[in-house]
Amino acid sequence: MKLLVCISKAPDTTAKIAFTDGDTKFDENGVQFIVNPYDEWYALVRALELTETSGGTVTTITVGTAADDPTIRKALAIGATDAVRIDADPKDSFYVAKQIAEYAKANEYDIVLTGKETINYNGAQVGAMVAELLGQPFVSLATKLEVAGNVATLERDVSGGIEVVEVGTPFVLSAAKGMAEQRIPNMRGIMAARTKPLNVVQPVDCDDLTSVVAYSKPDEKAACKYIDPENMDELVNLLHTEAKVI
Amino acid sequence: MTVVVFVESKNGNLVKAGLEAVSYGKRIGETTVVTFGDLSSDALAGAGTYGASKVLVHRGITEGNGDQLTQLVAKTAESLGADVVVLAQDQTGKSIGPRIAAKLGAGHVSSAVDVPDTSNGFVVKTNVFSGKAFAHVAVNSAIKVISYTPNSLAATKDGGNAPVEELNLDLGDNRITVKERKLQEGDVAPLPEAELVVSAGRGLKGPENWGIVEDLAKTLGATTACSRPVADIGWRPHHEHVGQTGIAIRPNLYIASGISGAIQHLAGVNGSKTIVVINTDAEAPFFKAADYGVIGDAFEVLPRLTEAIKKFKESNN
Ligand SMILES: Cc1cc2nc3c(=O)[nH]c(=O)nc-3n(C[C@H](O)[C@H](O)[C@H](O)COP(=O)(O)OP(=O)(O)OC[C@H]3O[C@@H](n4cnc5c(N)ncnc54)[C@H](O)[C@@H]3O)c2cc1C
Repeated sequence: MKLLVCISKAPDTTAKIAFTDGDTKFDENGVQFIVNPYDEWYALVRALELTETSGGTVTTITVGTAADDPTIRKALAIGATDAVRIDADPKDSFYVAKQIAEYAKANEYDIVLTGKETINYNGAQVGAMVAELLGQPFVSLATKLEVAGNVATLERDVSGGIEVVEVGTPFVLSAAKGMAEQRIPNMRGIMAARTKPLNVVQPVDCDDLTSVVAYSKPDEKAACKYIDPENMDELVNLLHTEAKVI
Repeated sequence: MTVVVFVESKNGNLVKAGLEAVSYGKRIGETTVVTFGDLSSDALAGAGTYGASKVLVHRGITEGNGDQLTQLVAKTAESLGADVVVLAQDQTGKSIGPRIAAKLGAGHVSSAVDVPDTSNGFVVKTNVFSGKAFAHVAVNSAIKVISYTPNSLAATKDGGNAPVEELNLDLGDNRITVKERKLQEGDVAPLPEAELVVSAGRGLKGPENWGIVEDLAKTLGATTACSRPVADIGWRPHHEHVGQTGIAIRPNLYIASGISGAIQHLAGVNGSKTIVVINTDAEAPFFKAADYGVIGDAFEVLPRLTEAIKKFKESNN
């Protein structure tokens, strides 16, 4: 089985969210980057499990600059066979999807896996766009994946419930919670990752369909109003007359 | 501007998040709704009430699937010469929104929380960093696709009658076979579109104690949610997990009991309009994000709150 896992870096979940350059850029100062949890915990680990039992390779692909290499090495430490980095500073989701689709087209994978979204941009776009660009089926929000020959059986979240679906390879999926359990890389994996191939590939041309003009932060909350735990009638009253939510 | 809004249905009615998307569309331009399935004319008329000037229904497909829905919306947008396509960013929206955009060569904005600002280009305010910030995204393409975050804006009943037309488009094959579909029972709103959410965390001490959480939810007509560790240890199903690595929600009311308010939890819920926190620990970080705080034991406070709601509901009937 030949699998391609899309890996994005994301700020650590405790990172301070601030902006620079007149609120047009995320302030990376002092921010630790991690592999986007959905990409790592669910997409990558499930891909590794599948190839460990049935054979095959897991290639990771990242659209990013050399600053992304440590994140890519982390994915290699967890067990990926090799890595590809499309050398570009990604502008928007379509740009990323276009680069991945071009690479995937030329190299023919059985399954392309992405996380369901990144925790910084929360776009939930790349997987679906890659599928469309490749002309392949897309299974969104997959929580389980089994593969037998050329047919995969998946469980996925749909509005108001879950579905069990069957699809032939090749296809694209986005992975959500339930797919696999997080793996902590061991020393051997970390050592091996240093020498695994990380191929840098030039991007193809692509227009920016969208661009961020500015960032802003939500308004600060007013101070919390404390209610006597004995007096829930007061809370209900406030929810009705002040907050107007019930 | 010409706007096409995709709306799904559930139990024979257009879904709430979809109707919000219709009102959203109407604020951008002349809105045509596209939907599918065996829907009554009453159900379809709802789209007009919320602002659609025309409703197109494809009765040839009864069950939503990504391949055909992508075709349905993209072809409708093309034939109407749409400038903007809008859909709710729920599970279905996540599966087809970006595909529709890629098919149309359109820029796609996801997690939109406000109508586009067209004073200088076409700029949409979106949720990023799991609700910790907003990005103002300019769309540079001729056609634009917007995935609207449910519960961001109210659905407004300021429309009128909209004629309904049948669509008979060839939507091609569906390459994914559904073997089984397990839908949640009852009328409780699914988490992303729920207006009222009652959530609990590790402070509840064990799955056997969730009765008091469910009682409150039932009394309020709310959907239940939980913190991540609670889903991880199997006290509650995964689909209830909210937060940065779970579902991001923005209900009108979020009641959190026995949840400390870790930054990753807050990330998924801080878009809620009103937050009530119940915690024994006065120092719990969640109180900083709360509108109303109750320093007390969930085991006593939750049943008391349930009673107070019952009383309130009776006196308001
Ligand atoms: C990368 C990453 C991603 C994460 N993503 C998420 C996420 O998406 N969602 C999420 O929720 N967490 C997430 N977490 C975990 C998060 O950091 C916290 O560990 C978690 O939210 C804590 O859950 P909790 O509040 O239920 O439990 P605890 O932190 O154990 O808090 C329990 C709370 O209950 C209170 N309590 C105890 N007894 C009672 C009582 N009788 N009555 C009232 N209150 C009581 C305590 O005072 C305490 O505040 C993530 C962590 C990481 C590292």
